[in-house]
Amino acid sequence: MTINQSGWKPTSPEAKDGEVSATFTGNRALMLEEKLIFEIGDAHTTGVDFAEGDVAGSRLGDLSRKAPIGLPGLSEPETVRHYTRLSRQNYAIDLGLFPLGSCTMKHNPRLNEKMARLPGFSDVHPLQPVDTVQGALEVIHQLAHWLVTLTGMASVAMSPKAGAHGELCGILAIKAALEKRGEGHRKVILVPESAHGTNPATAAFAGFSVENIPATDEGRVDTAALKARLGPDVAGVMITNPNTCGLFERDLKDISDAVHGVGGYVYCDGANFNAIVGRVRPGDLGVDAMHINLHKTFSTPHGGGGPGSGPVVFSDALTPFAPLPFVEKTGEGFRLVEEENADDHHADSFGRMVAFHGQMGMFTRALTYILSHGADGLRQVAEDAVLNANYVLRSLEDTLDAPFAKSGPCMHEAIFSDENLAEGFSTIDVAKALIDEGFHPMTMYFPLVVHGAMLIEPTETESKAALDQFIGALASVAERAKAGDPSLKTAPHFAPRARLDETLAARKPVLVWKDKAA
Amino acid sequence: MRYLPLTSSDRAEMLSVIGAGSVDDLFVDVPESARLSGPIEGLPGHASELAVERHMTALARKNMVAGDVPFFLGCGAYRHHVPASVDHLIQRGEFLTAYTPYQPEIAQGTLQMLFEFQTQVARLLGTDVANASMYDGSTACWEAIGMARRITRKSKAILSSGLHPHYVSVAKTMAKYTGDTLETGAPVLTAETDIDQMIAAIDADTSCVVVQYPDILGRIADLTPLAEACHAKKALLIAVVTEPVALGAIRSPGEMDADIVVGEGQSLGVGLQFGGPYVGLMGCKDKYIRQMPGRFCGETVDADGKRGFVLTLSTREQHIRREKATSNICTNSGLCALAFSIHMTLLGEAGLRRMAGINHANACRAADRLAKVPGVKLVNDVFFNEFTLDLGHEARPIVRTLAERGVLAGVSLGRLYPGEDALANGLVVAVTETVTAEDIETLAQALEEVLA
Repeated sequence: MTINQSGWKPTSPEAKDGEVSATFTGNRALMLEEKLIFEIGDAHTTGVDFAEGDVAGSRLGDLSRKAPIGLPGLSEPETVRHYTRLSRQNYAIDLGLFPLGSCTMKHNPRLNEKMARLPGFSDVHPLQPVDTVQGALEVIHQLAHWLVTLTGMASVAMSPKAGAHGELCGILAIKAALEKRGEGHRKVILVPESAHGTNPATAAFAGFSVENIPATDEGRVDTAALKARLGPDVAGVMITNPNTCGLFERDLKDISDAVHGVGGYVYCDGANFNAIVGRVRPGDLGVDAMHINLHKTFSTPHGGGGPGSGPVVFSDALTPFAPLPFVEKTGEGFRLVEEENADDHHADSFGRMVAFHGQMGMFTRALTYILSHGADGLRQVAEDAVLNANYVLRSLEDTLDAPFAKSGPCMHEAIFSDENLAEGFSTIDVAKALIDEGFHPMTMYFPLVVHGAMLIEPTETESKAALDQFIGALASVAERAKAGDPSLKTAPHFAPRARLDETLAARKPVLVWKDKAA
Repeated sequence: MRYLPLTSSDRAEMLSVIGAGSVDDLFVDVPESARLSGPIEGLPGHASELAVERHMTALARKNMVAGDVPFFLGCGAYRHHVPASVDHLIQRGEFLTAYTPYQPEIAQGTLQMLFEFQTQVARLLGTDVANASMYDGSTACWEAIGMARRITRKSKAILSSGLHPHYVSVAKTMAKYTGDTLETGAPVLTAETDIDQMIAAIDADTSCVVVQYPDILGRIADLTPLAEACHAKKALLIAVVTEPVALGAIRSPGEMDADIVVGEGQSLGVGLQFGGPYVGLMGCKDKYIRQMPGRFCGETVDADGKRGFVLTLSTREQHIRREKATSNICTNSGLCALAFSIHMTLLGEAGLRRMAGINHANACRAADRLAKVPGVKLVNDVFFNEFTLDLGHEARPIVRTLAERGVLAGVSLGRLYPGEDALANGLVVAVTETVTAEDIETLAQALEEVLA
């Protein structure tokens, strides 16, 4: 495509039979090309008016800035238009089904957003005197109470900033507990193959050595192999339940007992808690620590990559080692337990993970969500999430290879492989063709134990009509991939961009904009 | 249930497709003993939007709102005015409810924004590159120390006494488990920073020196000699910026040859939010890119040759390298990064400099006025928008008393450094463009009365 940017007299694109000519702007109807702010803004323009008047007075030592920063500015209308145009190049749950397995993209209730923006929550400083933030502490305390109740655990650390940060929190508590027992020599964490990649990274980051435990053909942890590996050098296991094959780990209680029997601890990756909330309490399965991704189970928007929030629930055994700070109820109200007052039974805390109190904005949203659903609604959430996933699994198992279809019902996500596609066709081709059908693709190539995995998580906020449309689209694409339709190899055809060259991006990284004219 | 679209007839029809008698049949893999049959203890049934709104609003009303009172708190979180269009734009569903851009063809909005964010951050910090954001400033600071360990293959970090004590706590927590040695101490209530002591402390085992700029007491100093001293001993200089607005008025750490610059981006676009979510900034010199944790967005082309953006350099990350990954960090603060980026775009160079100028001028006025309060001494005369007062009395109870009178006066060093008696009289006061002349006068008079 040629874009004439120099003037108003372009060479008209030549008419050819049956071919659609390029446009002058590069735009295609409502699909608009948008340049970078560095190409459209300049150093003198600003979209913010400040009070008039001089700003004299300099006590900056000899450090006042002389060199330009290089920041372009835009007026408010230009800014609004720039970001609105960019937003239109994004797929989002507000646009349609977003079946990313293991990521849990469900509807984001707007009440949650409204509540998080109440000035009483959004315009409060983390270091205000505690008497002036009793409402904020009460939100944390109420949410903490429900998290502990729903999981059947003894306590919860609210401060971890994301799921993987929560994993670190749990592993650090395990490490602190072992050291307190004088068993710091236990260096091995067992991690099943089907675990999230963050699990082994976390364990290694905290100084443990990681040993993989295989999965069975059924898609569950090989319990016999795990038990055989247990011994006095094992600090614990990290297990995901429901697991990343979308299945419930039936043997978790048995595994927990065995791990406890040799003096180890059980970490559960609770990323998939939404499948069992209100129906199963991980505490009853012998779990010692588990993070909960608030954005997944209790629906806080993911904003194109975050922020997340990963509170960690603890068993009695690990509670004394939980991080600071946390909120406690007192006779008069709520107090913040920090370094200075972490006396007595909190003296074994492993310390602080983050500057302030965690993701308050996410806590407000999660509490709003829990109260909106109530006891009956939360149980229905799990049931509908599981029902929707099984509906997808059974509706497509004759079309796509479903490796664990005989392992029993799936939980909140259904998994397929690329085994029965035509030679040379793979999961990526199915995924990219789904884009042309108007859907965000499923999770691709994860978990690693399944060849060309397609992991689909519809969540509970999808209607049957939406599921039927998605199932129809995926079945159609799958049939084309089985028949070897070559147009799949170049999909997507109707997206803002065709397939992007990821190899080039990694080989020659361009991470900041540089003025090519300069 | 307003958020659950399935009807009971949908459910029945779907169960028959599945071949299950009831929804309980879908939970057969859960052992009988672990099934929760009754309702959740104490939790009432679902509630209307109105009922929930009433409950949450009642809780919100129990807090003293910063915008309702004269407000002077800083120390790692700052109150700035956020233009209305920032929140409007981040609430567009296509940004708000998008996921990590795993399918770049339909995520160019998020990706282009992240590329613009990276460029803005790199320029502001004065580094060659920046990543697509971290959880917050304190965790970014720890990640930078880990990065320095990987680059230098040394593990002794020297932390400035002017580094935020919570950032120090986070680093201490992590170091217990990674084996890093940290040297640190509490600040002294003087105008001078500890740069000379740090220069003296650097030795052959030092992986990095971590210095905050401006520091916890609001002091600023030229980092160039420190950078030179670090590089002479093959150590890295890590600079921490908790108030990015400062860089509109003072030289950037990158300009002074810092190797890694991390920061808290909350000041721009994000808001106080009682401590989170915030957005961690992280930039470094080009040569260290492959040791940098977190996400990167990179420019590339699509099959038609058009410019486009993708997440890149993921071979450093946990989903490829598992236990050999650079870090276990998996997400970023995408939406907060968007807010930061929009605010920066609205400000532009001219706006940011103007805003920084107003912050500094207001702070100068406040320092002059407060130093006139009998018994109060201004500790540092060189600062950006935050400075420290010596009240001559323990500051913590005074802050509480002032709060009862409806003035949020600042952060007492007793709150940040419990048990450090030499710091107990210190009050750190932050003054931004949101503070008025009346606010300053109210604080000064209240302080006069309380100290009298």
